[in-house]
This record gives sequence, C-alpha cells and structure tokens, in this order.
Amino acid sequence: MILAWLILIPFLGGILAWLVERWGAIWTRWVSLLAVALDLGLASILWFHAAGRFSLSSSGPWLVSLDRAWIPEAGIRFHLAMDGLSLLLVLLTAFLGVLSVAASWTEIQERIGFFHFSLLWVLAGITGVFLALDLFLFYFFWELMLVPMYFLIALWGHENRLYAAVKFFLFTQLSGLLMLLAILGLYEIHGRQTGAYTFDYFRLIGTRLPPQTAMWLMLGFFIAFAVKLPAVPVHTWLPDAHTEAPTAGSVVLAGLLLKTGAYGLLRFVVPLFPGAASAFAPVAMVLAVIGIVYGALLAFAQHDLKRLVAYTSVSHMGFVLLGVFAGTEIALQGVVVQILCHGISTGALFILVGALSERVHTRDMRQMSGFWTSVPRIGGVTLLFALASMGLPGLGNFIGEFLVLLGTYRVSAPLTVIASIGLIVSTVYALVMVQRTFYGPLKERPPMADLSGREAAMMAALVAAIIWLGLYPQPVLDLAKAPLDRLQERGAEINAAPGASAAEAPLRTALPLDNHRSEVDR
Amino acid sequence: MLSLLWLVPALPLLGFLVLTLVGFRLPRLGVAVIGVGSVALSCILAILAAASLLMAPPASHSYTQILWTWLRVGSFAPEIALTLDPLSLVMIVVVTFVAALIHLYSVEFMAGDESFRRFFAYMNLFVASMLVLVLADNLLLLYLGWEGVGLCSYLLIGFWYKDPVNVAAANKAFIVTRVGDTAMAVGIFLLFTQLGTLRIAPLMGRAAEQWPVGSGMAVAAAALLLGGAVGKSAQLPLQTWLPDAMAGPTPVSALIHAATMVTAGVYLIARTNVLFTLAPAVQLVVAVVGAATLLLAGCSALVQRDIKRVLAYSTISQIGYMFLALGVGAWSAAIFHFMTHAFFKALLFLGAGVVIEALHDEHDIYKMGGLRRQLPLTFWTFLIGSASLAALPLVTAGFYSKDLILWQAWSSSIGSAWLWAAGVLGSFLTAVYTFRVVFLTFFGDAKLQVSKKPGMAIRIPLVVLAVLSVVGGFVETPRFLGHASLFTELMRTTLPAASEAVGRAGDELTFDIIAASVMLVGIYLAYLVFLGSPRRFEDVARAPSVAALRRFWFAGWGFDWLYDRVLVQPYVWIAHRDRNDVIDQSYRGIAWLAAASWRTLSRTQTGRVRWYAAGIAAGAIIILAIVVFRT
Repeated sequence: MILAWLILIPFLGGILAWLVERWGAIWTRWVSLLAVALDLGLASILWFHAAGRFSLSSSGPWLVSLDRAWIPEAGIRFHLAMDGLSLLLVLLTAFLGVLSVAASWTEIQERIGFFHFSLLWVLAGITGVFLALDLFLFYFFWELMLVPMYFLIALWGHENRLYAAVKFFLFTQLSGLLMLLAILGLYEIHGRQTGAYTFDYFRLIGTRLPPQTAMWLMLGFFIAFAVKLPAVPVHTWLPDAHTEAPTAGSVVLAGLLLKTGAYGLLRFVVPLFPGAASAFAPVAMVLAVIGIVYGALLAFAQHDLKRLVAYTSVSHMGFVLLGVFAGTEIALQGVVVQILCHGISTGALFILVGALSERVHTRDMRQMSGFWTSVPRIGGVTLLFALASMGLPGLGNFIGEFLVLLGTYRVSAPLTVIASIGLIVSTVYALVMVQRTFYGPLKERPPMADLSGREAAMMAALVAAIIWLGLYPQPVLDLAKAPLDRLQERGAEINAAPGASAAEAPLRTALPLDNHRSEVDR
Repeated sequence: MLSLLWLVPALPLLGFLVLTLVGFRLPRLGVAVIGVGSVALSCILAILAAASLLMAPPASHSYTQILWTWLRVGSFAPEIALTLDPLSLVMIVVVTFVAALIHLYSVEFMAGDESFRRFFAYMNLFVASMLVLVLADNLLLLYLGWEGVGLCSYLLIGFWYKDPVNVAAANKAFIVTRVGDTAMAVGIFLLFTQLGTLRIAPLMGRAAEQWPVGSGMAVAAAALLLGGAVGKSAQLPLQTWLPDAMAGPTPVSALIHAATMVTAGVYLIARTNVLFTLAPAVQLVVAVVGAATLLLAGCSALVQRDIKRVLAYSTISQIGYMFLALGVGAWSAAIFHFMTHAFFKALLFLGAGVVIEALHDEHDIYKMGGLRRQLPLTFWTFLIGSASLAALPLVTAGFYSKDLILWQAWSSSIGSAWLWAAGVLGSFLTAVYTFRVVFLTFFGDAKLQVSKKPGMAIRIPLVVLAVLSVVGGFVETPRFLGHASLFTELMRTTLPAASEAVGRAGDELTFDIIAASVMLVGIYLAYLVFLGSPRRFEDVARAPSVAALRRFWFAGWGFDWLYDRVLVQPYVWIAHRDRNDVIDQSYRGIAWLAAASWRTLSRTQTGRVRWYAAGIAAGAIIILAIVVFRT
C-alpha cells in the first residue's frame, strides 16, 4: 500500500493545495511543500529499508509490490512494484519535487492554487510511471503527467508559451499514441498465443515474437521514449518547452520528465524486445552520439541562457541512450548515475537561471555581463554546476559519463571516441555560459541581491547531492545492481543462444498475425 | 608518519573549504594564515613522510594508503588511494615546498587585491589537486587531479575576470588542455578494457606481460596518454594556450604555469614509462616533439617584448627538454630537470613579478632598464635564476640537469646526434633570450621610476629559491665532477636507468665543453646585441626578411592563426548558422504544410449549396467510373 501512497500523497496534496487557496497563497505553498516533503520522507524510508534488505541479498529484485484487480474484463490490473531502479527515480522525483515547489515560492504570483495542483499532479503522474507494471496503467500515468504539464507551460510560461505548449503536447501525444498501438499489439499477440489477455508486465515479458513483429512493436515503444528522452532528431520540442516553462516546470521537465524516457527504455524496450533492441542498437547508438555532439553545438550557439541549458539536456541524454544500447554492466550503471546527476545538475542550473532572470528580467546573455561582482554566490554555484555539466571529476556527472563511455568502449571503440568529443564541446558551452553571464565588466544596474536563505538552502542540498554522487556513488550503484543484472541476463539469454534466429523462424508460421494476412491474400 | 600521508593533499583542500565556506567572516590576516599555513603544514608533512619512507623503505619501495573505494561496478573498482614512492616523493616535496614559498610571496604580492580570499582559496585547491595527481594510485584518481589542476589553472588565469581578455585566455587554456585530456580519457578506456585494472603498478605489470614490444595496443595506449601529456605540458601541437595563460597573476604563473602543473605531462609519461618502452615509435615521437618544441619555443622567446611571455615560451622550451629526455629513456634526468626547473623558473617569475609591480604594471622589457641599482636583491636573485636557466657551467643547478639530458640524448641506445644537436642549439637560444631579458631589464639606463620595493614576504622566497637554483643540482653531477648520483639512485627503484649505447659513449667532458661554449657564445651575443652595441644590429633587425621572421616567431609560429581558421571559426560559423536548428525547421515545414492545406480546403467551405451539389455529383461520377472501369 505504501506504493499507492507515494502516488496518492501528491495527488491528494494537489487537490488540497488548490482548495486551501481561499485562505491565502501561503497556505497553498505550505500544503504543497508538506505533501512533497512527505513523499520524500516516505521514499527515504523505503530506501533505508531497501539498503537493509540488499545486505541480505536473498530476496529478488522487487522490494515492494501492490497488485489489485482494476478492470478484470480487459485483463487490466492496478499493479505497482518497486525495484532499486524505480526507487532511485522515485527518490529523485520527490527530491526535485520539493525543490520545484520551493523554486516557485516567489516566482509564481498568479493562479497559485491551480499551479500547485498541476505541479503536484505532474509529480504524481511521474511517480506512477516509475512504479506501474501493468502496461495499461503505465500508459494511463504516461498521459496523466502530460496534461498538467501542458498547463504549466501554457499558463505560467514566458513570452512564447502557447507555441511551446502545443508543440510539447503534439510531440509527446503523437509518440504516446504509437506506444499505445504497440501496447495493444503486444496485448493482442500475447492473448492469441496463450489465451490469456493481460497487460501484466511479467506475463507479457515472455511473449515470443517473430523478429519483424518484435521490431515494429519495439519501435512503437522506442519512438515514444526517444521523444521524451529526447533523442535527435525528435528533440526539437525540448528547447521550446524548457525555455518557455516557469522554473518549476523546467526543473520537472529536465529533471524528471526526460527520465521517464530513459526509464522506459530500461524497463520496457530492452526486457520486452531484447532481440529487436539488440538488432536496433547500432542505429540507436549512432543517434545517441549525434545527439551528444549536436546538442552541445546548439547549446553553444544560443543567446538565451535558459535555451542554452535546455540544449545541454539533448547532449547529456545522448549519453543515456548510448549506455542503454551498449548494454554492458558498466554502461548501464553509468546510465543510472547519469540519469540522477543530470536531474540534479540541470535542475540546479534551471533554478539558478530562474533566480537570475527574476533579478535582471531577461534571459538574453547579450544583456548580461560581470554578475560575479554583484552576486558572487550565484556565480560560484552556477560555475560548479556548469563544471558538473562538462563532466569534471569529483562531481556526479563525471561518474555517469565516464562509466557510459568506459562501458561502451568494449562494444564500439569508434563511437566511444566520437562521444568523447562531447567532453570537449561541453567544455566550450559551459565556459562560454559562465563567461558571458558572470565575467567581464559589470554593466550599470540596480544592485542585485545574492542568494536568499531559501535559495541558499536549495543550492546546499543540490551541491551536497552532486558531490556525494561524485565521490561515493556506491549506494546508488548497489541499489541499481539487481535490476540491471536482471536486464543483462535477459539480453544475454537472447544473444547467447546461437540458434536464436533459427529457433524463432518456425514460430512465424504458427503466429496469428501471419495467418491472418494469408487469409486475406487468399 | 606514513599513515598521515592523506593529510598532505587534505590540508590544502581543507584550506580551500574553509576559505570558501566561512572565509568571508575572516580578516585578511586570517585568510593569509589559513592559505599559507595549510600549504606549509602540508609541506612539513610531505617532508616527514618522505623521510620516513627513505629511512625505512618497505620491500616494494612504495607505500600505498587506501582511503575508500570510489565506486565498484563488476570488476571496475577504482579506489581513492595514495601511493608514495621515490617518484611521487620528489614530486610532493618539490610541489609543496615551492607552493609554500609562492603562497608566502602572494601574501604581499596580492595584498591590495579585493579578491584576496578567492585567490588563496583557488591556490589551495590547486595545491590539493596537484598533490592528488602525483600521489594517485590509479589512473582514474590521477585523472581527477589532472582535471582539478586544469580547473584551477582556468580559475586563476581568469582571476581578474573583469577584463574579457583574461577570461578568453582562461577559456582557451581549459579548452585546449581538455582536448588532450579527452585523448587521455580514451587511453584510460583502452587500458582498462584491455588489461582489466587502472591501478598503475599492476597495470604496468600486465602491459609488460601481455603486450609485446611494438604491439598495436601499446602504441595506441601510449599515443593517447601522450595526447594528454602534450596538452597539459604545452608541447607541440597543443602549446598555444600557455603564453596567453600569463594573463593570470604572476604568482599563478610561477606556481602553475612554470613549476608544477605544466610538468604534469612529464610526470605522467615517467609514471607510465613501461607503456612507452613497449611502444618505441611513440617514444620516438616524444623525443621529436620535445626537440621540436624546445626549438620553436626558444625562437619565440627570443622576440617577445612582454617579460612574462618570454618566460612562458621559455617554460615551453624547458619542458621540451624534459620530453626529449623522456623520449630517449632518460626518465630520471627528466624528473631531475623538472626539479631544478621548478626552482629557477619559479624564481624568475617571482622576480619578474617584483619588476612588474615596481614599474606600475609595465610588462614591456624595452621600457625597462637599469633596475640593478634600484632593486638589488631582485637583480641578484634574477641573475642567479637566469644563469641557472641558461645552464651556466659548474655553479648552477640548471647546468647539471640539462647536462644530464644532453649527454643521455647522445649516449642513450635510442638517442641520436640529431636530438643532441637540437638540445645544444636550444641551449644557445636559451642563453640568448635569457640574457636579453637580464640586459634589457637590469642594465642600461633607467627608463621608469621604481615605485615599490619588495618586503620580507617577497624577499624570503626569492632568496630561498636562488639558493636552491644553485645547490639543487649538486645531487647529481657528471663523471668528471665527482659523479654524485643521489638523484638517480633515489629514482632507481621506480624509473629504469637509461641504457647506454655500446660504442657511442664518447667522452662526456668533450660534449660538456661544446655545450658550455655554445651557451657562453649565446650570452656574449646577447650582450653585444642588447647591451654592448645595439645600433650595429638595428639594420639587421629591420631587414624585411628578418622582420618577417621576427613577426612570425612573435606570433608563436602562426599556430594560433591556423587553429583559429581551421577549428574555431568553422565551429562558431556552423553554430551561428544553425542557431535555430535545421531539424526544427523541417518540423516547422510540416506545420506550415498542414496550415496551408487547411487554408486551401477551408476555401471550399463557401456555404453555397450549388457548389456542394456540384461537388457531390462530381464525386459520385468519379467513384462510379472507378467501379465501372475496374471490372
């Protein structure tokens, strides 16, 4: 039941926060903060619990689960379960949830109740995505996080918000539709094969598919996740959405929403279609490497500070895509660390950019210069996260990128070398960003206030997290080990069997989809 | 005592943390005490640790302290672990000692700066990173220190961030070195994937076991590590960042860009010498890079006007000597030259700092002159440093270390007459450009009034370094001069001795006399041209071909120009052309198509019934026609 509470707390907290708005904005803010803090507390309890259990390491990878009938006629169940991977992501969600509420404390001054309602519902939807193990339920949460996010961008965004919101909605909605089709296809094939029509993850995972069908279904999932990730060439919604969203929206988008794509690849694409995924891996890895370098190039080109940070996500998530499809243990662990660290470092950068543009009322770097003189602490923290962004050792992102590259080297040395160029081009944009905003002569401006107590506390938490992950990431690696081991076993089963394709071939004639087609032809 | 080894890098790190987090509550004196004190304590501990290692050497001649396991993924389990062996021992003692002196100097030198605290915070972080680099037990931790010193170099070059020129220089330094660092990172991927560990000692053992001499893997690994080394040590073709790095405060140039960080590449190659021995082709490249760099940079140093840029090119050139030594297998000679160079080059920079301060931030040596009377102590110490740099025979440290390199460039089994000749030509250039600075700055007529004389915090480091620039070389002397070999004896357990070629080993004394006379001719030439009778040479200098050559050398052989055209400008051009992302434009194209078809189709909705009726009729006819003609 604790899993349901993880989703229900922000869900109910959002409604309550909206209701208490009539008593004053401050009530809404505190109710929201309490709700997300409670969520974080709950996730932390689960973590301590998990840390204890892993030392025994006797039970399987699933720590907690909840399985109730929902719509039995269609084989749909309310099935939630948590392993180390989802626990880490839920922790990240709650952590960034607290920060995004705190970041909106002074920024949001209109429709405060509805804002917090939307924000908390997005968080609830994201938590649901990370926990759902019924494919229908997963799709339900997938869509649930989309609509309030649309409102966050469209109502509280900047100048060009409507364009960005519609673009965001169209990209994710269309790709989500492809995933729905793939889910239904899988449901249908599994039902015809076994007679049991179900959306349950564990039962669908064993579905035997002819390679071509598997490839099509895999692509349905892959495109949905690639749009969210985002991978080149379906990344173009991201800079607009991130730039136009309010700070909390950008933090949630970059820190969490993108991670649902990464999570989907790890949880669904590879386990459900291991053969197709490994056949598709070269294409995905090339896209990943293009994304790493191209994203960094575009980041460098921007004048809008927020847009610059947005494009860095394209580059960083390229490492995630690369690691997932490289598929070695080291690379997969790197992916997990990269997911967490990107959430923290990019979340921090968006909060900092928000704090800065709240003070100077512009995001255009051509109008910024020399801010180090007036706000050295904002400068120092921004510098730290810019360094994290370029993968400086000692900070968490380095561990992620290094492990991904090290793990990929075994699979493809040339791609690793090209991806390593990402380390150089990321240096370029990170340094140029700091240079254009904080260095140079200070232009005449009304004096700016440095970090307030609230902002300093947020930054302290983020800095501590990124340094901890950089110097001692072992707790994260331990937690992710069991799920990743299982993932690799799944991949190894398919790849190791030398007659894999031959064994699948006779299946083809027996498959309902092919029979169906031959009937039509006749 | 050895168990306190971790404190050697931890103390400066603690200094950095204190200065950063609570330093704003401290008065200037408190900042100075923490900044200098942390490094000085670290130096004392380093010396104590060194002493206890030497008194009671363990069987393996090295001591490893494991602090914690950084991360563990399968068989990849790098540790945060420090190793003290003779090589890292020399490095930490020299680094902490020179750093402590330069920190002391900075207390006075930076006294008037508004960002006094930030300066010492960065400097302490640098010392901590440098110590991690040289103490690291595995390549990943070494890489952490490697990037850490790069970061501090960036922060300190751009220390006076209000001037965009300084920031541009800082960015350039970081980006150029990062190109090399990335090559090094790929080298680390290769080494771990092939050999299954990153701990340096077992890694070298496995490489020697598994890879035959000249094998492709060994060549690739050595070449990639060399990429990192040339970036950090400002050797060809990545040398362009160092002259610009002089934008930083002078103590920074002395510590980071002369004495310590820029020699990290030398340390890396010496540390992984097994790989280079396994890859003779790459080792030859090391020697050639060293020889070419020392000549190129020597020529450029000859024509610079900015006193710090002369010293910067001189640093590039002297590190070229170290690479030359590494390339011929004279491992301990390279480290020996690192040590003496750290003393005399730090001294020269500190002296230059005094001169620049005294003359109201004047960098141009042609506007200086006659300072030997006004700044006597600075003059004498600068003269000693210059003599050591130019390798004045017998009485300077630089002579003994450079002599060892030149001799081994000739006598080593992989040495050659060409490499030796390049080294000798280089020492001629060194003598000319060094004494050009001495004569122009300290002799002749005084052109500017001295406004500021150095106090004790500046005098002490100058005197100590001057003494070391003389006596630092007596630990290792040639055969005909007592043949002291303390240094190579110390290194023997870590670095293999240079193998002497049979039959080529001529008379060392003869070679020394040749090198020494070439160097003396250089000083005399400098005297003639810049002090004795400068007018006689003005016509030569004005000749079009000579002037063009001077401009070419002044601009560092056009490397900046080339990189700007080939790399920087195309990158910036593409980025700016593609600011709106060509891929996004294609999606906009789809959106435009949708809107266009909407406009077209909505025109049909005119609301006139006869048009609709006509449309229905036409449609019906077409469908009927299709049905009829298909059957």
